[in-house]
Amino acid sequence: MSPDLLKLIFGRLDFESLPLHEPIVVGTFVVVALGGATLLAGLTYFRLWGYLWREWFTTVDHKRIGIMYMILGIVMLLRGFADALMMRGQQMLAFGGSEGYLNAHHYDQVFTAHGVIMIFFVAMPLVTGLMNYVVPLQIGARDVSFPFLNNFSFWMTVGGAVLVMASLFIGEFARTGWLAYPPLSNIGYSPDVGVDYYIWALQVAGVGTTLSGINLICTIVKLRCPGMTMMRMPVFTWTSLCTNILIVASFPVLTVVLALLSLDRYVGTNFFTNDFGGSPMMYVNLIWIWGHPEVYILVLPAFGIFSEVTSTFSGKRLFGYTSMVYATVVITILSYLVWLHHFFTMGSGASVNSFFGITTMIISIPTGAKMFNWLFTMYRGRIRYELPMMWTIAFMLTFVIGGMTGVLLAVPPADFVLHNSLFLIAHFHNVIIGGVVFGAFAGINYWFPKAFGFKLDVFWGKMSFWFWVVGFYLAFMPLYVLGLMGVTRRLRVFDDPSLQIWFIIAAIGALFVFIGILSMLMQFAVSLLKREQLKDVTGDPWNARTLEWATSSPPPDYNFAFTPVVHDNDAWWDMKKRGYQRPLTGFKPIHMPSSTGTGVILAGFATAMGFGLIWYIWWLAAASFIAMLVVGIGHTFNYHRDFDIPAEDVIRTEDARTKLLAGAK
Amino acid sequence: MNTDTHAAHAGDHHHDDGHAHSTFSGYMLGFVLSVVLTAIPFWLVMGGALPSKQITALVIMAFAVVQIVVHMIYFLHMSPKSENGWTMMALIFTIVMVVIALSGSLWVMNHLNSNMMPMHEMTGMK
Amino acid sequence: MTVAVNPSTTGEPVFYVADEHPHPEGYSTSLGFWIYLMSDCLIFAMLFAAFGVLGANYAAGPAPKDLFDLDLVAVNTSMLLLSSITYGFAMLTMQQNKVGQTQMWLAITGLFGLAFISIELTEFAHMIHEGATPQRSAFLSAFFTLVGTHGLHVSCGLIWLVTLMVQVGKFGLIEANRRRLMCLSMFWHFLDVVWIGVFTFVYLLGVLR
Repeated sequence: MSPDLLKLIFGRLDFESLPLHEPIVVGTFVVVALGGATLLAGLTYFRLWGYLWREWFTTVDHKRIGIMYMILGIVMLLRGFADALMMRGQQMLAFGGSEGYLNAHHYDQVFTAHGVIMIFFVAMPLVTGLMNYVVPLQIGARDVSFPFLNNFSFWMTVGGAVLVMASLFIGEFARTGWLAYPPLSNIGYSPDVGVDYYIWALQVAGVGTTLSGINLICTIVKLRCPGMTMMRMPVFTWTSLCTNILIVASFPVLTVVLALLSLDRYVGTNFFTNDFGGSPMMYVNLIWIWGHPEVYILVLPAFGIFSEVTSTFSGKRLFGYTSMVYATVVITILSYLVWLHHFFTMGSGASVNSFFGITTMIISIPTGAKMFNWLFTMYRGRIRYELPMMWTIAFMLTFVIGGMTGVLLAVPPADFVLHNSLFLIAHFHNVIIGGVVFGAFAGINYWFPKAFGFKLDVFWGKMSFWFWVVGFYLAFMPLYVLGLMGVTRRLRVFDDPSLQIWFIIAAIGALFVFIGILSMLMQFAVSLLKREQLKDVTGDPWNARTLEWATSSPPPDYNFAFTPVVHDNDAWWDMKKRGYQRPLTGFKPIHMPSSTGTGVILAGFATAMGFGLIWYIWWLAAASFIAMLVVGIGHTFNYHRDFDIPAEDVIRTEDARTKLLAGAK
Repeated sequence: MNTDTHAAHAGDHHHDDGHAHSTFSGYMLGFVLSVVLTAIPFWLVMGGALPSKQITALVIMAFAVVQIVVHMIYFLHMSPKSENGWTMMALIFTIVMVVIALSGSLWVMNHLNSNMMPMHEMTGMK
Repeated sequence: MTVAVNPSTTGEPVFYVADEHPHPEGYSTSLGFWIYLMSDCLIFAMLFAAFGVLGANYAAGPAPKDLFDLDLVAVNTSMLLLSSITYGFAMLTMQQNKVGQTQMWLAITGLFGLAFISIELTEFAHMIHEGATPQRSAFLSAFFTLVGTHGLHVSCGLIWLVTLMVQVGKFGLIEANRRRLMCLSMFWHFLDVVWIGVFTFVYLLGVLR
């Protein structure tokens, strides 16, 4: 075939694009390929494809979509953490003339991929998954407002993750750092596919995130059960509402800034170039208008989880519910007024820096108020140190340290010393791991019995907990020290041998965290095997307070046989206290949305379009785009998207639960 | 959302989702106002009716704001009552965000430009 | 879904809705669509911000004064404004359940929209022909992107409009179609609001500068 024809068909994709010369990548590929092949063969052998497609991939059930988000987050955590281990190993070894084992080309991809994956494909799916699962249950709804959109959003997130993963084996990922600042990320300095992978992975996933934000806002606003006023909503629902408002108000900014960058790269416009009037600083400004709210998008739901857990395991109503709600709302607004603290050093001058420094310090006040609320909730409570509560206490200790170093960094003169140093790296890992990751783990341990009907194993849970917490401190406290000594981020080799010991400690910490992650996988496996012993038939294993515990574990497709009526903040606690009797008769058919494969197909085409654009395979991009349009419009011709669960089915499900409950007594 | 709002919703569901006041006269009034509010700024700029550019700029921006409000009321049927005030709340929140992001960007970038791209001073130094 | 939250006649608190009616179809749609529009509003806000910051960087290339033909912009603005009022008429006739007239007004709206897009494309072609390409300067990059994104939205609106006309033709003015027409109405008027910002800040203020 002629080279022109090849170029027409494959764009810039050729054999050179496959990283066959990188032994580490080839090794990884072999492992992943073997693992993947085994998985696919297993699925085929046990004839699970039809089941997966019908019951999971095409489902519009918010509970199943939530679980799939969690699985995506945990799988991507393994990838992102592998990158972290590689970085720690490299920095530990590359002393005294040693180049370490990663070349610069590879190392730069590793730290970029680590950041992108951890934020977009670990933290976001974990948080979105928990919100998806829990919020409709907490507000007594049968599903989200737009169930089909929910499915589509999930698959778009998967599409983004697929593109990031593809970059490992086909071509390369960006070497620009996780926010891809121009001019480095512009076509002149990054002519390869790396930045294009970055752009399209985030654009595809970003559509999903924005839509899921709209969906959950509507769900919370419109589908609350009777009696649940705004000020009777559980705190997790409140924080979810604020998080989704932030998503809807900030992800469009990311969409725009990435679109402008791609115009610069593909069309040759001059938004962020150095010449023809472009301004790379504008990119930094715009992306942090998204970037700072993003931090709160991640941490607010975690705050909600800690609120639920603290009050449940202290056996007390949450202290200062109203102040908690107002603190959340204030954080939501303030998070829009601090973005410049990410680039104090870019030179905006004293007036601008002071303004943003002060707003940043102010935002710690509502956060501090929350901390006191949790402490006062625990005060004189009958605290049960179950796994979720352990994670919560670890969070409270860790997050306060991260918060305090954050206030340090908020002082512009101090930031001039610490900017882009490992001190900053330690700070944001301190708040993201201590806040978001611990929050997600508290949430997983707390709501797992609701989702699956059995508790998680305590021994492996504690193993995971202690290795994570100790590992975290070992890994990041040395980075504070190094940062104060002036070591900047993203370095690949070091000259000063006196620094090495700190990197060795950090690497040991990373190994501890690795054991923590393995223990968590072990915890899932052991719990699955011991599920009969760990079984919970009551639906309320923790003696909890909010509505999701009122239904069975796992909840039926329709969540509640009858929509609950709420009289109090802690609705389920109130029901238990006032002698609520579970209704046994009078069941009616329940109206539910039907499953559809359209979301999977649309997201598949979107991913294919992204792939085509990355590799300049224009026919693929165009064809996928047209296919998306056709499928999308075709879908609107389907007017029958609901069905009724017959009353007999409801009766059968509810009778089964009645028997279980009787057996438990 | 308590029972009252449910009841209210059930009530207004029959006449077109709360968009009760989309009437012919409403649309026409909005249209005429829009035409006037569009024509004047164009005339001001094209005819150079006002003496100073600054004043013209301020006036046409004021006209734009007024026309946006007119569109919101007569075409988009914004009212504090629709969806229990949630649409209005969303709109106000968005306006706040837009103002913060727009004015903040202009402010920040203006400072960055004057501090970090000192073209004028450098040419002056030569 | 109307229920009594207060204790029932027997004095026992009511904890569930015994006689439940599902939410009507499309119960959340108009709010959801409005929130989508708000997110779209932020997209435009950021493009305006880019134009505001970069709009004076001509890079020794053409400035707004050399490029913009305000007569043409005025004609274009009137196209969009006329399409807004005709869409309003479509909504009014829809309320009166007149399928034929609704379709007619939708078609007229579409024609005005098409005229708008054609005029805009002519303008773009003219500018590019004169060498004022998006690559020429940051000002032109920001101009083409902002105005082009608006035009892209109008084009999407046109595709949607045609789809809805087919659906109304096929299934009549059923509840679902009414809801969709209402969403498109919000979308269409929203684009008109954005255009107010465009002609004021980009064209009029640009020529003033």
